[in-house]
Amino acid sequence: MRDVAIIGIGHTKFGRASETSLELFSEAALQAVDDAGVDLKEIEALFQGAALPGFEEGQVTPPGFSAAELNLNPIPATRYEGACASASIAIREAAMWVAAGEYDMVIAGGVEKALLMGTLFATRTFAMACHAPTEGPVGLTFPGVFAMAARQYSRNYGISIDKLREKMAHVSVKNHKHGALNPLAQFYKKLGDLKVEDVINSRLVADPLTLLDCCPFSDGAAAIVLCAAEEARRYTDDPVYILGTGQGSGGPLSKMEDLTKPVSRISSARMAFKHAGLKPSDIDVLELHDCFTIAELIALECMGFFDWGEAADATEEGQTELGGKIPTNMSGGLIGKGHPIGATGASQVYWLVKQMRGEAPKGNQIDPVPEYGMTDTLGGDFGTLCHIILGKGK
Amino acid sequence: MEGKEQEEMEKEYTVLTFAEYEEGLRNGKLLGLRCASCKKITCHPMPVCQWCGGRSLERIELSGEGELTTFTVIRVPSEGFEDDAPYIPCLVKTKEGPCVVGRLDYDAEQATQELIGKRVRMNGSYTYKGDKYSGGAHTCPVFEIQENKSVTQINAD
Ligand SMILES: [Zn+2]
Repeated sequence: MRDVAIIGIGHTKFGRASETSLELFSEAALQAVDDAGVDLKEIEALFQGAALPGFEEGQVTPPGFSAAELNLNPIPATRYEGACASASIAIREAAMWVAAGEYDMVIAGGVEKALLMGTLFATRTFAMACHAPTEGPVGLTFPGVFAMAARQYSRNYGISIDKLREKMAHVSVKNHKHGALNPLAQFYKKLGDLKVEDVINSRLVADPLTLLDCCPFSDGAAAIVLCAAEEARRYTDDPVYILGTGQGSGGPLSKMEDLTKPVSRISSARMAFKHAGLKPSDIDVLELHDCFTIAELIALECMGFFDWGEAADATEEGQTELGGKIPTNMSGGLIGKGHPIGATGASQVYWLVKQMRGEAPKGNQIDPVPEYGMTDTLGGDFGTLCHIILGKGK
Repeated sequence: MEGKEQEEMEKEYTVLTFAEYEEGLRNGKLLGLRCASCKKITCHPMPVCQWCGGRSLERIELSGEGELTTFTVIRVPSEGFEDDAPYIPCLVKTKEGPCVVGRLDYDAEQATQELIGKRVRMNGSYTYKGDKYSGGAHTCPVFEIQENKSVTQINAD
Protein backbone atom coordinates (compact mmCIF):
# COMPACT_ATOMS: atom_id res chain seq x y z
CA MET A 1 0.00 0.00 0.00
CA ARG A 2 1.21 3.52 -0.84
CA ASP A 3 1.40 6.45 1.55
CA VAL A 4 -1.30 9.09 1.07
CA ALA A 5 -1.05 12.87 1.43
CA ILE A 6 -3.50 15.74 1.82
CA ILE A 7 -2.49 18.55 -0.54
CA GLY A 8 -5.55 20.80 -0.54
CA ILE A 9 -8.32 21.76 1.88
CA GLY A 10 -11.61 23.65 1.67
CA HIS A 11 -14.24 24.69 4.23
CA THR A 12 -17.39 26.81 3.93
CA LYS A 13 -18.59 29.15 6.65
CA PHE A 14 -20.61 27.01 9.07
CA GLY A 15 -24.01 28.22 10.26
CA ARG A 16 -27.08 29.07 8.21
CA ALA A 17 -26.47 28.86 4.47
CA SER A 18 -28.71 30.09 1.67
CA GLU A 19 -26.95 27.93 -0.93
CA THR A 20 -28.03 24.37 -1.83
CA SER A 21 -26.04 21.41 -0.53
CA LEU A 22 -24.66 20.93 -4.04
CA GLU A 23 -23.40 24.53 -4.07
CA LEU A 24 -21.94 24.20 -0.57
CA PHE A 25 -20.01 21.05 -1.48
CA SER A 26 -18.79 22.59 -4.75
CA GLU A 27 -17.53 25.64 -2.86
CA ALA A 28 -15.52 23.47 -0.45
CA ALA A 29 -14.26 21.23 -3.27
CA LEU A 30 -13.16 24.17 -5.42
CA GLN A 31 -11.36 25.76 -2.45
CA ALA A 32 -9.55 22.47 -1.91
CA VAL A 33 -8.58 22.14 -5.58
CA ASP A 34 -7.35 25.76 -5.68
CA ASP A 35 -5.46 25.27 -2.42
CA ALA A 36 -3.75 22.20 -3.91
CA GLY A 37 -3.09 23.98 -7.18
CA VAL A 38 -4.42 21.04 -9.18
CA ASP A 39 -6.69 21.08 -12.20
CA LEU A 40 -10.18 19.65 -11.72
CA LYS A 41 -9.43 17.34 -14.67
CA GLU A 42 -6.85 15.53 -12.51
CA ILE A 43 -9.54 14.35 -10.05
CA GLU A 44 -10.31 10.66 -10.63
CA ALA A 45 -13.01 9.96 -8.02
CA LEU A 46 -15.23 11.78 -5.53
CA PHE A 47 -16.06 10.53 -2.02
CA GLN A 48 -18.86 12.42 -0.29
CA GLY A 49 -20.26 12.18 3.23
CA ALA A 50 -23.92 13.20 3.51
CA ALA A 51 -26.20 11.97 6.26
CA LEU A 52 -29.74 13.21 5.66
CA PRO A 53 -30.01 14.88 2.22
CA GLY A 54 -33.26 13.03 1.47
CA PHE A 55 -34.96 14.75 4.40
CA GLU A 56 -33.25 18.12 4.00
CA GLU A 57 -33.66 18.74 0.28
CA GLY A 58 -35.43 15.65 -1.07
CA GLN A 59 -32.15 14.58 -2.61
CA VAL A 60 -30.64 11.12 -2.58
CA THR A 61 -27.51 10.07 -4.45
CA PRO A 62 -26.07 13.61 -4.25
CA PRO A 63 -22.44 12.77 -5.15
CA GLY A 64 -23.26 12.15 -8.81
CA PHE A 65 -24.78 15.61 -8.98
CA SER A 66 -21.78 17.08 -7.14
CA ALA A 67 -19.48 15.50 -9.72
CA ALA A 68 -21.69 16.90 -12.48
CA GLU A 69 -21.67 20.40 -10.90
CA LEU A 70 -17.89 20.34 -11.05
CA ASN A 71 -17.97 18.94 -14.60
CA LEU A 72 -16.18 15.85 -13.28
CA ASN A 73 -18.67 13.31 -14.59
CA PRO A 74 -18.53 10.47 -15.41
CA ILE A 75 -15.88 9.75 -12.74
CA PRO A 76 -17.03 7.44 -9.90
CA ALA A 77 -18.76 9.48 -7.18
CA THR A 78 -20.01 7.74 -4.05
CA ARG A 79 -21.98 8.76 -0.98
CA TYR A 80 -20.83 7.56 2.43
CA GLU A 81 -23.38 7.54 5.22
CA GLY A 82 -22.33 6.95 8.80
CA ALA A 83 -24.58 9.61 10.35
CA CYS A 84 -22.31 12.26 11.92
CA ALA A 85 -19.18 10.28 10.90
CA SER A 86 -20.10 10.29 7.19
CA ALA A 87 -17.23 12.51 5.99
CA SER A 88 -14.66 10.64 8.07
CA ILE A 89 -15.54 7.29 6.55
CA ALA A 90 -15.58 8.96 3.10
CA ILE A 91 -12.03 10.23 3.69
CA ARG A 92 -10.92 6.87 5.07
CA GLU A 93 -12.26 5.10 1.96
CA ALA A 94 -10.68 7.69 -0.33
CA ALA A 95 -7.31 7.17 1.37
CA MET A 96 -7.66 3.39 0.94
CA TRP A 97 -8.34 3.69 -2.80
CA VAL A 98 -5.33 5.98 -3.29
CA ALA A 99 -3.15 3.77 -1.08
CA ALA A 100 -4.21 0.74 -3.13
CA GLY A 101 -3.01 2.47 -6.28
CA GLU A 102 -6.39 2.57 -8.02
CA TYR A 103 -6.47 6.41 -8.08
CA ASP A 104 -3.68 8.99 -7.84
CA MET A 105 -5.81 12.05 -7.05
CA VAL A 106 -9.28 12.26 -5.48
CA ILE A 107 -11.62 14.65 -3.65
CA ALA A 108 -13.22 13.59 -0.36
CA GLY A 109 -15.39 15.52 2.05
CA GLY A 110 -18.92 16.03 3.17
CA VAL A 111 -21.91 18.31 3.32
CA GLU A 112 -25.06 18.85 5.36
CA LYS A 113 -27.89 21.35 5.43
CA ALA A 114 -29.86 20.72 8.61
CA LEU A 115 -31.01 24.14 9.81
CA LEU A 116 -34.03 24.53 7.54
CA MET A 117 -35.53 21.38 9.07
CA GLY A 118 -36.11 23.21 12.38
CA THR A 119 -35.38 21.74 15.82
CA LEU A 120 -38.40 19.39 16.00
CA PHE A 121 -37.94 17.66 12.63
CA ALA A 122 -34.14 17.81 12.78
CA THR A 123 -34.28 16.07 16.16
CA ARG A 124 -36.51 13.41 14.56
CA THR A 125 -34.20 12.83 11.60
CA PHE A 126 -31.04 12.78 13.75
CA ALA A 127 -32.74 10.22 16.01
CA MET A 128 -33.00 7.97 12.93
CA ALA A 129 -29.37 7.07 13.70
CA CYS A 130 -30.63 5.39 16.89
CA HIS A 131 -31.74 1.72 16.70
CA ALA A 132 -35.17 2.31 15.16
CA PRO A 133 -36.97 -0.87 16.38
CA THR A 134 -36.10 -0.52 20.09
CA GLU A 135 -35.06 3.11 20.61
CA GLY A 136 -37.61 4.58 18.19
CA PRO A 137 -40.80 3.95 20.19
CA VAL A 138 -39.07 5.09 23.40
CA GLY A 139 -38.71 8.56 21.85
CA LEU A 140 -34.99 8.65 22.46
CA THR A 141 -33.13 11.70 21.12
CA PHE A 142 -29.39 12.27 20.71
CA PRO A 143 -29.13 14.59 23.70
CA GLY A 144 -31.09 11.88 25.53
CA VAL A 145 -28.54 9.18 24.72
CA PHE A 146 -25.65 11.33 25.97
CA ALA A 147 -27.62 12.43 29.02
CA MET A 148 -27.96 8.73 29.89
CA ALA A 149 -24.21 8.35 29.37
CA ALA A 150 -23.58 11.34 31.67
CA ARG A 151 -25.63 9.73 34.43
CA GLN A 152 -23.62 6.51 34.07
CA TYR A 153 -20.38 8.52 34.19
CA SER A 154 -21.58 10.17 37.41
CA ARG A 155 -22.46 6.80 38.92
CA ASN A 156 -19.30 4.97 37.73
CA TYR A 157 -16.88 7.48 39.25
CA GLY A 158 -18.86 8.72 42.23
CA ILE A 159 -19.04 12.29 40.90
CA SER A 160 -22.34 13.91 41.92
CA ILE A 161 -24.53 15.13 39.05
CA ASP A 162 -24.07 18.75 40.21
CA LYS A 163 -20.28 18.38 40.23
CA LEU A 164 -20.30 16.60 36.87
CA ARG A 165 -22.43 19.38 35.34
CA GLU A 166 -19.73 21.87 36.41
CA LYS A 167 -16.95 19.74 34.95
CA MET A 168 -18.85 19.19 31.69
CA ALA A 169 -19.48 22.93 31.45
CA HIS A 170 -15.73 23.49 31.14
CA VAL A 171 -15.85 21.65 27.79
CA SER A 172 -18.46 24.08 26.50
CA VAL A 173 -16.60 27.12 27.86
CA LYS A 174 -13.34 25.98 26.20
CA ASN A 175 -14.86 25.04 22.86
CA HIS A 176 -16.94 28.20 22.62
CA LYS A 177 -13.85 30.25 23.48
CA HIS A 178 -12.03 28.79 20.47
CA GLY A 179 -15.11 28.76 18.23
CA ALA A 180 -15.52 32.48 18.83
CA LEU A 181 -11.98 33.00 17.43
CA ASN A 182 -12.63 30.90 14.31
CA PRO A 183 -13.98 33.00 11.39
CA LEU A 184 -15.57 29.91 9.75
CA ALA A 185 -17.36 28.87 12.96
CA GLN A 186 -21.10 29.13 13.47
CA PHE A 187 -20.49 31.03 16.72
CA TYR A 188 -17.63 33.27 15.48
CA LYS A 189 -17.37 36.28 17.81
CA LYS A 190 -20.21 34.81 19.90
CA LEU A 191 -20.26 33.07 23.32
CA GLY A 192 -16.48 33.47 23.59
CA ASP A 193 -16.53 34.41 27.26
CA LEU A 194 -19.05 31.91 28.52
CA LYS A 195 -19.03 31.09 32.24
CA VAL A 196 -19.60 27.68 33.84
CA GLU A 197 -22.81 29.07 35.42
CA ASP A 198 -24.12 30.10 31.98
CA VAL A 199 -23.88 26.50 30.79
CA ILE A 200 -25.46 25.05 33.94
CA ASN A 201 -28.29 27.63 33.99
CA SER A 202 -29.09 27.25 30.32
CA ARG A 203 -32.36 25.47 29.35
CA LEU A 204 -32.50 21.71 30.07
CA VAL A 205 -32.69 19.67 26.86
CA ALA A 206 -32.32 16.15 28.30
CA ASP A 207 -31.58 16.06 32.01
CA PRO A 208 -28.71 16.72 32.97
CA LEU A 209 -27.64 18.25 29.61
CA THR A 210 -28.55 21.86 28.86
CA LEU A 211 -28.69 23.69 25.54
CA LEU A 212 -25.09 24.89 26.05
CA ASP A 213 -23.94 21.29 26.63
CA CYS A 214 -25.09 20.57 23.06
CA CYS A 215 -23.69 21.36 19.62
CA PRO A 216 -26.03 23.26 17.27
CA PHE A 217 -27.75 22.18 14.06
CA SER A 218 -25.72 23.56 11.14
CA ASP A 219 -25.27 23.91 7.40
CA GLY A 220 -21.85 23.59 5.80
CA ALA A 221 -19.36 21.62 3.75
CA ALA A 222 -15.68 20.72 3.87
CA ALA A 223 -13.49 18.87 1.39
CA ILE A 224 -9.89 17.81 0.86
CA VAL A 225 -7.75 16.73 -2.07
CA LEU A 226 -5.78 13.50 -1.50
CA CYS A 227 -2.99 12.15 -3.65
CA ALA A 228 -0.24 9.55 -3.58
CA ALA A 229 2.43 10.74 -1.15
CA GLU A 230 5.25 10.41 -3.67
CA GLU A 231 3.52 13.02 -5.85
CA ALA A 232 2.58 15.42 -3.04
CA ARG A 233 5.64 17.67 -3.20
CA ARG A 234 4.91 18.43 -6.85
CA TYR A 235 1.93 20.41 -5.58
CA THR A 236 2.81 21.72 -2.13
CA ASP A 237 5.71 22.36 0.21
CA ASP A 238 3.73 21.32 3.26
CA PRO A 239 1.75 18.14 2.58
CA VAL A 240 0.10 16.45 5.53
CA TYR A 241 0.17 12.66 5.51
CA ILE A 242 -2.57 10.24 6.53
CA LEU A 243 -0.61 7.96 8.85
CA GLY A 244 -3.39 5.75 10.12
CA THR A 245 -7.14 5.29 10.16
CA GLY A 246 -9.54 3.19 12.18
CA GLN A 247 -13.22 2.41 12.07
CA GLY A 248 -15.56 0.62 14.42
CA SER A 249 -19.22 -0.36 14.58
CA GLY A 250 -21.54 -0.32 17.57
CA GLY A 251 -25.12 -1.52 17.86
CA PRO A 252 -28.29 -0.93 19.83
CA LEU A 253 -27.72 0.85 23.16
CA SER A 254 -29.21 -2.16 24.96
CA LYS A 255 -26.38 -4.38 23.76
CA MET A 256 -23.70 -2.06 25.20
CA GLU A 257 -22.12 -2.89 28.54
CA ASP A 258 -21.48 0.73 29.51
CA LEU A 259 -22.38 3.88 27.54
CA THR A 260 -19.22 5.58 28.81
CA LYS A 261 -16.94 2.89 27.33
CA PRO A 262 -18.21 2.24 23.80
CA VAL A 263 -16.26 -0.66 22.31
CA SER A 264 -16.74 0.77 18.80
CA ARG A 265 -14.74 3.87 19.76
CA ILE A 266 -12.05 2.02 21.72
CA SER A 267 -11.39 -0.46 18.91
CA SER A 268 -11.48 2.20 16.17
CA ALA A 269 -8.94 4.39 18.01
CA ARG A 270 -6.67 1.40 18.66
CA MET A 271 -6.87 0.41 14.98
CA ALA A 272 -5.78 3.91 13.96
CA PHE A 273 -2.87 3.99 16.46
CA LYS A 274 -1.72 0.53 15.34
CA HIS A 275 -1.96 1.50 11.67
CA ALA A 276 0.07 4.68 12.33
CA GLY A 277 2.56 3.02 14.68
CA LEU A 278 1.90 5.76 17.22
CA LYS A 279 0.48 6.03 20.73
CA PRO A 280 -1.60 8.73 22.47
CA SER A 281 1.48 10.43 23.94
CA ASP A 282 2.78 11.05 20.38
CA ILE A 283 -0.29 13.13 19.42
CA ASP A 284 0.01 16.93 19.73
CA VAL A 285 -3.54 18.03 18.89
CA LEU A 286 -7.03 16.51 18.76
CA GLU A 287 -10.18 17.37 16.88
CA LEU A 288 -12.76 15.11 18.49
CA HIS A 289 -16.49 14.59 18.42
CA ASP A 290 -17.89 16.88 21.13
CA CYS A 291 -21.52 16.60 20.00
CA PHE A 292 -22.22 17.06 23.71
CA THR A 293 -19.89 18.08 26.53
CA ILE A 294 -19.96 14.59 28.07
CA ALA A 295 -19.07 13.14 24.65
CA GLU A 296 -15.69 14.94 24.72
CA LEU A 297 -14.85 13.38 28.10
CA ILE A 298 -15.87 9.90 26.92
CA ALA A 299 -13.85 10.28 23.70
CA LEU A 300 -10.69 11.41 25.54
CA GLU A 301 -10.85 8.31 27.74
CA CYS A 302 -11.75 5.81 25.01
CA MET A 303 -8.87 7.04 22.83
CA GLY A 304 -6.45 6.56 25.72
CA PHE A 305 -5.54 10.19 26.47
CA PHE A 306 -6.78 9.90 30.06
CA ASP A 307 -7.59 7.00 32.37
CA TRP A 308 -11.22 6.04 32.95
CA GLY A 309 -12.99 8.71 34.96
CA GLU A 310 -10.12 11.22 34.77
CA ALA A 311 -11.05 13.32 31.73
CA ALA A 312 -13.58 15.37 33.71
CA ASP A 313 -10.99 16.58 36.25
CA ALA A 314 -8.33 16.96 33.55
CA THR A 315 -10.62 19.22 31.54
CA GLU A 316 -11.44 21.34 34.58
CA GLU A 317 -7.67 21.67 35.21
CA GLY A 318 -7.08 22.91 31.65
CA GLN A 319 -5.17 19.86 30.40
CA THR A 320 -7.18 19.93 27.14
CA GLU A 321 -6.59 23.66 26.59
CA LEU A 322 -3.85 25.38 24.62
CA GLY A 323 -0.60 24.66 26.48
CA GLY A 324 -2.15 21.70 28.28
CA LYS A 325 -1.31 18.00 27.98
CA ILE A 326 -3.40 17.53 24.84
CA PRO A 327 -5.06 20.60 23.24
CA THR A 328 -8.50 19.45 22.10
CA ASN A 329 -10.89 21.07 19.65
CA MET A 330 -8.89 24.25 19.10
CA SER A 331 -11.22 24.92 16.13
CA GLY A 332 -14.12 25.23 18.56
CA GLY A 333 -15.17 21.64 18.02
CA LEU A 334 -18.74 20.78 17.14
CA ILE A 335 -20.00 22.89 20.02
CA GLY A 336 -18.31 26.15 19.02
CA LYS A 337 -17.71 25.68 15.31
CA GLY A 338 -21.01 24.01 14.41
CA HIS A 339 -21.90 20.49 13.29
CA PRO A 340 -23.14 20.03 9.72
CA ILE A 341 -23.15 16.31 10.36
CA GLY A 342 -22.15 15.00 6.93
CA ALA A 343 -19.26 17.50 6.77
CA THR A 344 -17.88 17.30 10.30
CA GLY A 345 -15.16 14.69 9.74
CA ALA A 346 -13.74 16.66 6.82
CA SER A 347 -13.88 19.85 8.89
CA GLN A 348 -11.88 18.12 11.64
CA VAL A 349 -9.22 17.12 9.10
CA TYR A 350 -9.26 20.67 7.64
CA TRP A 351 -8.49 22.21 11.04
CA LEU A 352 -5.73 19.70 11.83
CA VAL A 353 -4.07 20.53 8.49
CA LYS A 354 -4.40 24.24 9.32
CA GLN A 355 -2.72 23.57 12.68
CA MET A 356 0.12 21.67 10.99
CA ARG A 357 0.64 24.48 8.52
CA GLY A 358 0.67 27.00 11.38
CA GLU A 359 -2.37 28.71 9.84
CA ALA A 360 -4.97 28.28 12.61
CA PRO A 361 -6.61 31.51 13.84
CA LYS A 362 -4.73 33.55 16.46
CA GLY A 363 -5.54 32.20 19.91
CA ASN A 364 -6.24 28.73 18.49
CA GLN A 365 -2.84 27.93 16.93
CA ILE A 366 -0.65 25.56 18.92
CA ASP A 367 2.97 26.67 19.32
CA PRO A 368 5.21 25.01 18.26
CA VAL A 369 3.35 23.84 15.17
CA PRO A 370 2.10 20.30 15.92
CA GLU A 371 3.74 17.27 14.25
CA TYR A 372 0.90 14.78 14.80
CA GLY A 373 -2.86 15.25 15.04
CA MET A 374 -5.84 12.94 15.38
CA THR A 375 -9.54 13.13 14.62
CA ASP A 376 -12.38 11.25 16.32
CA THR A 377 -15.81 11.19 14.70
CA LEU A 378 -18.90 9.46 16.04
CA GLY A 379 -22.02 8.58 14.06
CA GLY A 380 -25.28 7.62 15.72
CA ASP A 381 -25.35 6.42 19.31
CA PHE A 382 -21.85 4.88 18.97
CA GLY A 383 -22.98 3.09 15.78
CA THR A 384 -20.15 4.27 13.50
CA LEU A 385 -16.79 5.45 14.80
CA CYS A 386 -13.86 6.66 12.77
CA HIS A 387 -10.38 7.93 13.65
CA ILE A 388 -7.79 9.52 11.37
CA ILE A 389 -4.17 10.22 12.39
CA LEU A 390 -2.30 12.89 10.45
CA GLY A 391 1.39 13.81 10.45
CA LYS A 392 3.69 16.45 8.97
CA GLY A 393 6.13 13.67 8.10
CA LYS A 394 5.61 10.11 6.88
CA MET B 1 -36.57 -30.10 -4.72
CA GLU B 2 -34.58 -32.46 -2.59
CA GLY B 3 -32.04 -32.92 0.16
CA LYS B 4 -29.99 -29.86 1.04
CA GLU B 5 -32.16 -27.43 -0.89
CA GLN B 6 -35.30 -28.55 0.94
CA GLU B 7 -33.45 -28.23 4.26
CA GLU B 8 -32.36 -24.66 3.44
CA MET B 9 -35.95 -23.72 2.59
CA GLU B 10 -37.32 -24.99 5.86
CA LYS B 11 -34.50 -23.75 8.11
CA GLU B 12 -35.68 -21.35 10.79
CA TYR B 13 -33.37 -18.33 10.72
CA THR B 14 -35.50 -16.22 13.03
CA VAL B 15 -36.70 -18.10 16.10
CA LEU B 16 -38.45 -15.06 17.62
CA THR B 17 -39.38 -12.23 15.27
CA PHE B 18 -39.38 -8.62 16.34
CA ALA B 19 -43.13 -8.48 15.68
CA GLU B 20 -43.66 -11.44 18.05
CA TYR B 21 -41.43 -9.75 20.65
CA GLU B 22 -43.53 -6.57 20.41
CA GLU B 23 -46.76 -8.57 20.57
CA GLY B 24 -45.37 -10.13 23.77
CA LEU B 25 -44.68 -6.68 25.22
CA ARG B 26 -48.26 -5.62 24.50
CA ASN B 27 -49.42 -8.73 26.39
CA GLY B 28 -47.22 -7.87 29.37
CA LYS B 29 -44.54 -10.44 28.53
CA LEU B 30 -40.83 -9.82 27.99
CA LEU B 31 -39.79 -12.52 25.53
CA GLY B 32 -36.25 -13.55 24.68
CA LEU B 33 -34.06 -16.42 23.56
CA ARG B 34 -31.83 -18.91 25.41
CA CYS B 35 -28.62 -20.02 23.73
CA ALA B 36 -27.89 -23.76 23.65
CA SER B 37 -24.12 -23.08 23.53
CA CYS B 38 -23.52 -20.56 26.34
CA LYS B 39 -26.94 -20.81 28.08
CA LYS B 40 -27.16 -17.00 28.19
CA ILE B 41 -30.27 -14.99 27.34
CA THR B 42 -30.71 -12.69 24.34
CA CYS B 43 -33.32 -9.91 24.51
CA HIS B 44 -34.51 -8.09 22.34
CA PRO B 45 -34.42 -11.00 19.87
CA MET B 46 -31.65 -11.41 17.29
CA PRO B 47 -30.98 -14.22 14.81
CA VAL B 48 -27.88 -15.24 16.81
CA CYS B 49 -26.95 -15.19 20.52
CA GLN B 50 -25.96 -11.64 21.55
CA TRP B 51 -23.16 -13.03 23.76
CA CYS B 52 -21.48 -15.80 21.74
CA GLY B 53 -23.08 -15.64 18.30
CA GLY B 54 -24.53 -19.13 18.79
CA ARG B 55 -27.11 -20.22 16.23
CA SER B 56 -29.14 -22.65 18.37
CA LEU B 57 -31.74 -20.62 20.24
CA GLU B 58 -35.02 -21.35 22.01
CA ARG B 59 -37.77 -18.94 23.02
CA ILE B 60 -38.17 -18.11 26.69
CA GLU B 61 -40.00 -15.55 28.81
CA LEU B 62 -37.98 -13.22 31.05
CA SER B 63 -39.20 -12.17 34.50
CA GLY B 64 -39.43 -8.49 33.52
CA GLU B 65 -37.42 -7.62 36.64
CA GLY B 66 -34.07 -5.92 36.75
CA GLU B 67 -31.98 -2.94 37.77
CA LEU B 68 -32.25 0.62 36.45
CA THR B 69 -28.79 1.40 35.01
CA THR B 70 -29.49 4.87 33.61
CA PHE B 71 -32.22 7.23 32.42
CA THR B 72 -32.84 10.78 31.27
CA VAL B 73 -35.76 13.19 31.24
CA ILE B 74 -36.41 14.38 27.69
CA ARG B 75 -37.46 18.05 27.68
CA VAL B 76 -36.91 18.73 23.97
CA PRO B 77 -38.60 15.84 22.16
CA SER B 78 -38.34 14.69 18.60
CA GLU B 79 -41.26 15.26 16.23
CA GLY B 80 -44.11 12.91 17.11
CA PHE B 81 -43.39 12.95 20.85
CA GLU B 82 -44.41 16.55 21.63
CA ASP B 83 -47.39 15.46 23.76
CA ASP B 84 -45.29 13.00 25.78
CA ALA B 85 -42.63 15.47 27.00
CA PRO B 86 -41.28 15.40 29.61
CA TYR B 87 -40.76 11.63 29.47
CA ILE B 88 -38.13 9.20 30.76
CA PRO B 89 -36.20 6.79 28.50
CA CYS B 90 -34.24 4.29 30.54
CA LEU B 91 -31.91 1.31 30.34
CA VAL B 92 -32.62 -1.73 32.50
CA LYS B 93 -30.29 -4.64 33.17
CA THR B 94 -32.63 -7.61 33.47
CA LYS B 95 -32.22 -10.25 36.16
CA GLU B 96 -31.53 -12.71 33.33
CA GLY B 97 -28.59 -10.68 31.98
CA PRO B 98 -29.37 -8.68 28.86
CA CYS B 99 -30.19 -4.94 28.99
CA VAL B 100 -33.33 -3.51 27.46
CA VAL B 101 -34.25 0.06 26.58
CA GLY B 102 -37.67 1.30 27.61
CA ARG B 103 -39.65 4.01 29.32
CA LEU B 104 -39.68 4.58 33.08
CA ASP B 105 -43.12 5.15 34.61
CA TYR B 106 -42.17 7.86 37.13
CA ASP B 107 -42.85 11.53 37.87
CA ALA B 108 -40.42 13.35 35.58
CA GLU B 109 -40.08 16.25 38.03
CA GLN B 110 -39.00 13.88 40.81
CA ALA B 111 -36.59 11.72 38.77
CA THR B 112 -33.11 12.13 40.27
CA GLN B 113 -29.80 10.29 40.12
CA GLU B 114 -30.74 8.24 43.23
CA LEU B 115 -33.08 6.16 41.04
CA ILE B 116 -30.09 4.51 39.35
CA GLY B 117 -29.43 1.10 40.86
CA LYS B 118 -33.04 0.68 41.99
CA ARG B 119 -34.88 -2.53 41.30
CA VAL B 120 -37.50 -2.18 38.57
CA ARG B 121 -40.23 -4.35 37.07
CA MET B 122 -41.93 -4.21 33.70
CA ASN B 123 -45.44 -2.96 34.33
CA GLY B 124 -46.70 -2.53 30.79
CA SER B 125 -45.71 -1.30 27.37
CA TYR B 126 -45.82 1.85 25.28
CA THR B 127 -46.82 1.78 21.64
CA TYR B 128 -45.83 4.71 19.47
CA LYS B 129 -48.23 4.96 16.57
CA GLY B 130 -45.36 5.81 14.25
CA ASP B 131 -44.85 8.43 11.57
CA LYS B 132 -44.13 8.38 7.82
CA TYR B 133 -40.63 7.09 8.47
CA SER B 134 -41.02 4.52 11.25
CA GLY B 135 -42.23 1.49 9.30
CA GLY B 136 -45.47 1.39 11.24
CA ALA B 137 -46.13 1.32 14.99
CA HIS B 138 -43.53 0.05 17.43
CA THR B 139 -43.73 -0.99 21.07
CA CYS B 140 -41.27 -0.69 23.96
CA PRO B 141 -41.43 -1.99 27.53
CA VAL B 142 -42.37 0.32 30.42
CA PHE B 143 -40.80 -0.16 33.85
CA GLU B 144 -41.74 0.96 37.35
CA ILE B 145 -39.57 1.29 40.42
CA GLN B 146 -40.38 -1.90 42.27
CA GLU B 147 -39.44 -0.98 45.79
CA ASN B 148 -37.58 1.79 47.47
CA LYS B 149 -34.54 -0.44 47.68
CA SER B 150 -31.42 -0.86 45.62
CA VAL B 151 -30.58 -4.20 44.04
CA THR B 152 -27.73 -4.78 46.48
CA GLN B 153 -30.11 -4.20 49.40
CA ILE B 154 -32.61 -6.65 47.94
CA ASN B 155 -29.91 -9.27 47.45
CA ALA B 156 -28.80 -8.81 51.06
CA ASP B 157 -32.36 -9.32 52.36
ZN1 LIG C 1 -24.56 -17.93 23.37
